Amino acid sequence: MGKGWCLFFLFWPVAAVVSCAMAPWIGWSFPYDNAQAASNLGIRIDGLFYLILIVTAIVFIGTQAVLVYALWRSANNREERASHTHGNHKLELIWTIIPGVILLFLAIYQMNIWADFRIKKYYPEAAVKDPLAEVTARQFEWRFRYPAIGKKLQQKPQSDDLYSVNELHVPFGKPVMIQLRSDDVQHSFFMPALRIKQDALPGLQIPVWFEANKPGTYDLVCAELCGWGHYKMKAHVIVQPEDEYQLYLKNLTERQSYDGLGKIAATENGTESEATEK
Amino acid sequence: MSVLNPSPTGLQPILKPLSHHAPGNFITKYIFSTDHKVIAIQFLFTTLLMMIVGGALALAVRWQLAFPWESMPIVGPWLFAAEGGQISPEFYTMLFTMHATVMIFLVIIPILAGTFGNFLIPLMIGADDMAFPKLNMLSYWFMWPAIACFGLSFTHAGGPAAGWTSYPILADLAQAAPGSGTAQTYWLLGVTFIGFSSMMGSINYMTTIINMRAPGMTFFRMPMTIWGLFITAILQAFALPVLTAGGFMQVADRLLGTCFFYPSGLVINNAAPTVGGGQALLWQHLFWFYSHPAVYIMLLPVMGMVSDMLSCMCRKPLFGYKPMVISMSAIASLGFIVWGHHMYTSGMNPAVGMAFMVATMMIALPSAVKTFNWTATIWGGKLEFNTVTLNCIAFLSMFIVGGLSGIFMAAVPVDVYFHDTYFIVAHFHYVLFGATLFGVFAAIQFWFPKMFGRMMNEKLGKTHFVLTFIGANGTFFPMHFLGMQGMPRRYADPYLHGYLEHLLPMNQFMTLSAILMGAAQILLFINIFYSMFWGPKAGRNPWNATTLEWSAPSPPPHGNFDFVPMIYHGPNEYAVFNGDKDFLMQTEKECQQAKPKAETETTF
Repeated sequence: MGKGWCLFFLFWPVAAVVSCAMAPWIGWSFPYDNAQAASNLGIRIDGLFYLILIVTAIVFIGTQAVLVYALWRSANNREERASHTHGNHKLELIWTIIPGVILLFLAIYQMNIWADFRIKKYYPEAAVKDPLAEVTARQFEWRFRYPAIGKKLQQKPQSDDLYSVNELHVPFGKPVMIQLRSDDVQHSFFMPALRIKQDALPGLQIPVWFEANKPGTYDLVCAELCGWGHYKMKAHVIVQPEDEYQLYLKNLTERQSYDGLGKIAATENGTESEATEK
Repeated sequence: MSVLNPSPTGLQPILKPLSHHAPGNFITKYIFSTDHKVIAIQFLFTTLLMMIVGGALALAVRWQLAFPWESMPIVGPWLFAAEGGQISPEFYTMLFTMHATVMIFLVIIPILAGTFGNFLIPLMIGADDMAFPKLNMLSYWFMWPAIACFGLSFTHAGGPAAGWTSYPILADLAQAAPGSGTAQTYWLLGVTFIGFSSMMGSINYMTTIINMRAPGMTFFRMPMTIWGLFITAILQAFALPVLTAGGFMQVADRLLGTCFFYPSGLVINNAAPTVGGGQALLWQHLFWFYSHPAVYIMLLPVMGMVSDMLSCMCRKPLFGYKPMVISMSAIASLGFIVWGHHMYTSGMNPAVGMAFMVATMMIALPSAVKTFNWTATIWGGKLEFNTVTLNCIAFLSMFIVGGLSGIFMAAVPVDVYFHDTYFIVAHFHYVLFGATLFGVFAAIQFWFPKMFGRMMNEKLGKTHFVLTFIGANGTFFPMHFLGMQGMPRRYADPYLHGYLEHLLPMNQFMTLSAILMGAAQILLFINIFYSMFWGPKAGRNPWNATTLEWSAPSPPPHGNFDFVPMIYHGPNEYAVFNGDKDFLMQTEKECQQAKPKAETETTF
C-alpha cells in the first residue's frame, strides 16, 4: 500500500514539472506565444522571473523528492519504533541560513530593476520633460489626451488638445511617459507585452514610463476590478516609427477640427483645405 | 525528559474530578450552550454548510469561465429566465465576491478558530471550559447576523460588486456599480458582525491559554496546535480592529456623506459631486493591515494541527519543537509589516514598496524552516498511510507550491506583471485550499472520534482525499499558466481580448476538475453523517496520541476531565519505550518497564 501512495505523491510534482517545462513550447508561458518582452525593462523583468523560476524549481524538486523519499523510508520502516529525536541545532541553522542568504540575495538583486521602473529619480529625463499623453481610465474605456503638435502636455486640458479613445499611439525607439488618471473608480493600466501595470487612482496623477523596443500593436487591458464591465476595457497601444506617429497626430488634428461640411476649421495661416473623411 | 513538580505556579491540584453533567434542558445544552465542545460542533456544522454555499458559488464562477454566456445549469433558467439562463456580468461580479467572502469569513476563519480553537484549547491545556463561556456562546451566535447580512446583500440589485477587497470608489459610492448600493452596505455590516464574532473568540482563547493551563503545562509544553491558535488569537486581536474601523469609515462614507476615501472632483455615473478630500488608497492600507495577517490567521492553526498530527502518525517526536514555535512567531510578527505587498502597483510610494518587498522576502524564511522541520519529522518515522496522514502530506506538498509561488509575487518587478492575474489566484488557492483545507480535512478525521466518540470511515476518507487532491491540482495548477499568459482575474469574459482567446480549452479542463472536486465533497458529508451514528466506537485514545485531550473520555463530558490533569512532558513523546507502548502521554509521569502484553488501554 505504501508504494502506491508514494507514487501518488511522486506523480503530481512530476506532472507539474513536466507541464512547466513544456509551457514555453505550447503557448502556456508568456503571452503572444512566449514572445520576448517588448521593452528592455520587460526583458530584465523576465530575466528576474527566470532566475526566481530556477531557484524555486530547484527547491520544489528537492523538497518534493526528499518528501517522497522520507515517506517511502518511513512507510517501510522495519524498526519496532521510530527514531527518537527532538531536532538538531546544526540542521536548523543550515536550513535557516541557506534560504535566508538566497532570499536576501533575491531581495537586493531586484532593487535596481524596480528603481529604474518606478522611482522617479531614475526615470529617463527625455520622457519626464515631455510627457506623451494623459491617459484617463473610466468605466469602461480608456481616453487619451495628447498635446497639440509642437506643444507640451499641460496639467489642465487645453482647447487644442487631441483626444482618442481606446487607441494609444506611441513613437518607437524612445522612452515615453504618460500621466495616468482615473475619472471615476480605480482601474489598472496593464500592457502584458511590456510587463507594465499601474493602477489608476482617483484623485491622483501617476507618471508611468515605458519604451517599446519593437513596433507593433499591443493589448491594453484593465487589471483592477472597476465594475460590471471590467472585462471589456479593451484598448490597443500602437507603437510606430516617429514619422508614422507624427502623421497620426496630424490626421488626428485634422479629424478633430473637421467641421462636418467637408472643410476643416481655419488653420494657423488662415487658409482652408479639403479634408478627407476616414 | 524533565519531570516537573506538579505545582510550579502555586496552583493546587484539584481534588475532585472536573467533569459533571451539563446543567439545564435541551435548549441550554445543545442550542444556547456554553459548553465549548457543543459550540465547536455548532461552528463545525455551520461552516460546513457555508462551505457548500461557497463551493456552489465557485462552481458558478468556473462555469462562466469555461462556457461563457451559456445557460447556467440549475440556477440560470430560474434566475435569468428572460435571458435564457445566461448570467449577467453584474451577477458574475457578485459570484466571485461572495465566493471569497463566504470562504474566508464564514468557512476558513470560523472552522479554524471557531471549531478547532473552541474544541481543542480547553481539552489540550487541561481546562474544564473556556475562560468566558457566555462570551464563547455569543461569538457563535454573532455569526448568524453576519450570515443574514451577507444573505440580504444577495437580494439587492446585483449583490455586492466590489470584490471581497471592497476597494473604494467602487464600494464607496452607491452609483459606482449596480451592486454598490444597499447590497454593499449589508456586506460591510456582515463583515463587521463576523469581526465581532472573531474578536470575542480571540479574547477568549488568549485568556484561556494564558490563565487556565493545567498544572505543569508550561508554555513550552503546549502542543503546536495550541501555539498556532494562541498566535492566531493575538493576530486577530491586534489586526481586526483596524478592519472594523475601516469598515465603519466606509459605511460612514456611504450613509453619512463623509469622504474618508473619496477624493475631490469625481463625477461617477452622474452622481452629485461631494466635497471629497479623502484618499482611496487609505482603504487599501487599512484593509490589508488586517487582511494580510488574516492570511496567517487562516494558516497558523493548520500548521499547528498538522505538526501534531504528523508527529502522531509518524510515531516520532516533532522535529525541532522550539524552532517551530519561533518560526511561527516570526511569521506572525513579520506578518504585520508586509501588507504593502498587496499594493505594489497601487500608486503607493514605490520606495515604500521596496521596504515591504524585503520584509516579504524574509517571511518566506520561517515558512521554509517549518517545511523542512515537517519533512524531517517524517524522516525516520514509522508511517501508516491513513486518511489523516494523506491529508497532512497533501498539506505539506501543496504548501510548498503556495510558498514558492509567493516568492514570485514578493519580487516587486515580477509582481507588477503578475498582480491581479490568475497567477495570484493560483497562489492563494494553493495556500488556502491546498494547505488550509487539506489540513482541515485531516483535522476533522483526526479529532472526529474525540468530538463524537466514533471513528470516521477510512475507505470513504481515502476516496474523498484522492478525488479532492486530483480535482484541486487540476483546477489550481493551470491557473499558474493563465497568469503567465497575463489573464487578469475577475473577468467575466476574458476571451474578448485577442491574446487570451486560446485559453478557453484550459479553462474548460479546470472547470471539469473543479466539478470533480466539488462532487468529492459529497463523500466528506456522507462520511461525517454516517460515522456520527454508525462509525465504530472509539476509545479514549484511538490514535495512540500523547496530547492531553486523548486522556479524556470520547466524547468528553461537560467539564472535560474525569481526573485531575497534571502535565509532566512536552507534547510529542513518541518512539519511547513505555511498557509495550511507543508513546508517553503528557499525563504519564515516566516510562514503565516493558511488561508482558496485557494492557492496551491507557492508564485511565
